[in-house]
Amino acid sequence: MIGPQSGYTADTRIRWTEWLPWIAALAFFFLMPEYLSLGARILIFILFALSLDLILGYAGIVTLGHSAFFGLGAYTAGIVSAKLGIQDNFVQLVAAGAAAAALGALTGAIILRTRALTLLMLTLAITAILLELANKWTTMTGGADGLSGVVVAPILGLFKFDIFNKTAFLYCLAVLLVAWWVVRRLIYSPFGAMLTGIRENTVRMHAVGAPVYWRLVLVYTISATMAGIAGALLTQVNQFVGLNVLGLEPSGDLLVMLILGGVGRLYGAFVGPVVYLVAQDYLAKQYPEYWYFGIGVLLIVVVLFARGGILGLVDRWLAFLRPRSSARASAR
Amino acid sequence: MILYVISVGLSVTMGLMGFINLAHGVFAMAGGYILSTAMARFGIPFPLALVIAFAAVALASIVLERLLYSRLYAAGELAQVLFSIGLILISMAVARLVFGNLAAPVFLPDYLRGQVHVLGRDFPTYRVFIIGFSFLIIFLLWFSVERTRWGAMVRAAVDNRAMAQSVGINTKMLFMLTFALGSGLAGLGGALGADILPVQWAYPFEHLVYFLIVVAVGGLGSLRGPFIAALLIGVADTACKYWTPQFGAFLVYAATIVILLWRPLGLFGVRA
Repeated sequence: MIGPQSGYTADTRIRWTEWLPWIAALAFFFLMPEYLSLGARILIFILFALSLDLILGYAGIVTLGHSAFFGLGAYTAGIVSAKLGIQDNFVQLVAAGAAAAALGALTGAIILRTRALTLLMLTLAITAILLELANKWTTMTGGADGLSGVVVAPILGLFKFDIFNKTAFLYCLAVLLVAWWVVRRLIYSPFGAMLTGIRENTVRMHAVGAPVYWRLVLVYTISATMAGIAGALLTQVNQFVGLNVLGLEPSGDLLVMLILGGVGRLYGAFVGPVVYLVAQDYLAKQYPEYWYFGIGVLLIVVVLFARGGILGLVDRWLAFLRPRSSARASAR
Repeated sequence: MILYVISVGLSVTMGLMGFINLAHGVFAMAGGYILSTAMARFGIPFPLALVIAFAAVALASIVLERLLYSRLYAAGELAQVLFSIGLILISMAVARLVFGNLAAPVFLPDYLRGQVHVLGRDFPTYRVFIIGFSFLIIFLLWFSVERTRWGAMVRAAVDNRAMAQSVGINTKMLFMLTFALGSGLAGLGGALGADILPVQWAYPFEHLVYFLIVVAVGGLGSLRGPFIAALLIGVADTACKYWTPQFGAFLVYAATIVILLWRPLGLFGVRA
């Protein structure tokens, strides 16, 4: 249903193409210093999309409430900094990750027993509850005005967050690199293979004795942690948290990004946010109506004709150009 | 009650046909806009405008169904969700371009504006009218699904599509009409409730959660399910906001979660 991709292959060494995103990121850092703020934002959303890819693309859990973890992470980091006065960035990250993991494990354990529409509704309800909470609990979250006054101490005591966002960009890049490595290890492990198996044929995975439910809860928790960390990064970079990190909208946006890039592929989560956010930066401000229209059309086209998103299309072109080596050419 | 009329349409498409159609609010919004335009620009009276809203939305949905939806019946949930989100975005953009940012004005006819005197208390006529109308729709739907040949055919097709087809039911046609009915009901609901739920471009997104809650809580494929759920949610929501304003919509979501965990298929869900 999602992609032709298998999550488990014999050769799991990092190929040269897999270094391209990182080289591109560094090149971007040196060549376009005026866009680093957008760049940091893109990196954060790549991390967020990566976390969604893990549960949606690999485990096949359809959710509309992934922003719950993103938002929780964002608010946790914000509260730890602005209300508790802890300015160390790693403490903030860990706190955000831990809070999101706790919520992920708790809600995952409850809702992953259900399927389809019920599951969709439950994820949506959870993020809606958090949105209400953030909106009403003004003493902690600042409500509709948002939470300002977030202070982040220099990273490792050395690198201050500067107004040109140089530190922010490299910091996000470093976190993303770690997350990428973790996810890559996960999906090529037997655990990753088991997730793909659950996505493709749950009944059979039950039949071979796989602990389907616990595997799903585990991957849900891991993904929630990553989303929480992404949220914390957003808080640290913006030094502000607003209500827009929770609810249906960020979940929907994220879903669109991932679909554009290609679901169920590690690098789909990289391509989607780049294309989406860059396009948004250019188009959305001038033509908001056309922007939504375009995104809507694009979504329908992708769903009807181009499953696998942009990377899926690239795959097909490559296969067309090189019929022989198409199997190997498929970018992951 | 408006929630009910809109949601029952969704229950028809989603429950009977098993398509996760998040774009249902689009049809409701379209209904509202059609009503508003018909009344304000062409001076069509309210009841006739309602009929037009229903018919126009149903017709438009047939086109959409043939062109797009029917390709995705067999597709996974993800594809359906994405597709309908895409539809929502497009419709929002179009609505904003055509009708602007403001809510569409609705001028109720005089006979719906006043108050009615029931049991020593005053009620706004409009709301009484809506409630009465909803009961009428409930009765008609119940009658047609449970007591007519069409209803029997739909139920047969849902239970076992291949079998229904092999005994000579044109399921393609049937699904198309069912879809049109569901969407038409949404249009009717949107038009009817235009004064309570203001029609503006963000409509499909704003109320989406409520529609979905009503359907999910009520149970797919059931007619009285969404009815009771809409009643429950409406009353609970108002009561909560009245008694504990600081919690707001909080309790509604919490209740939704509890109900769905207790009965994953909804209160009156039919096992597929």
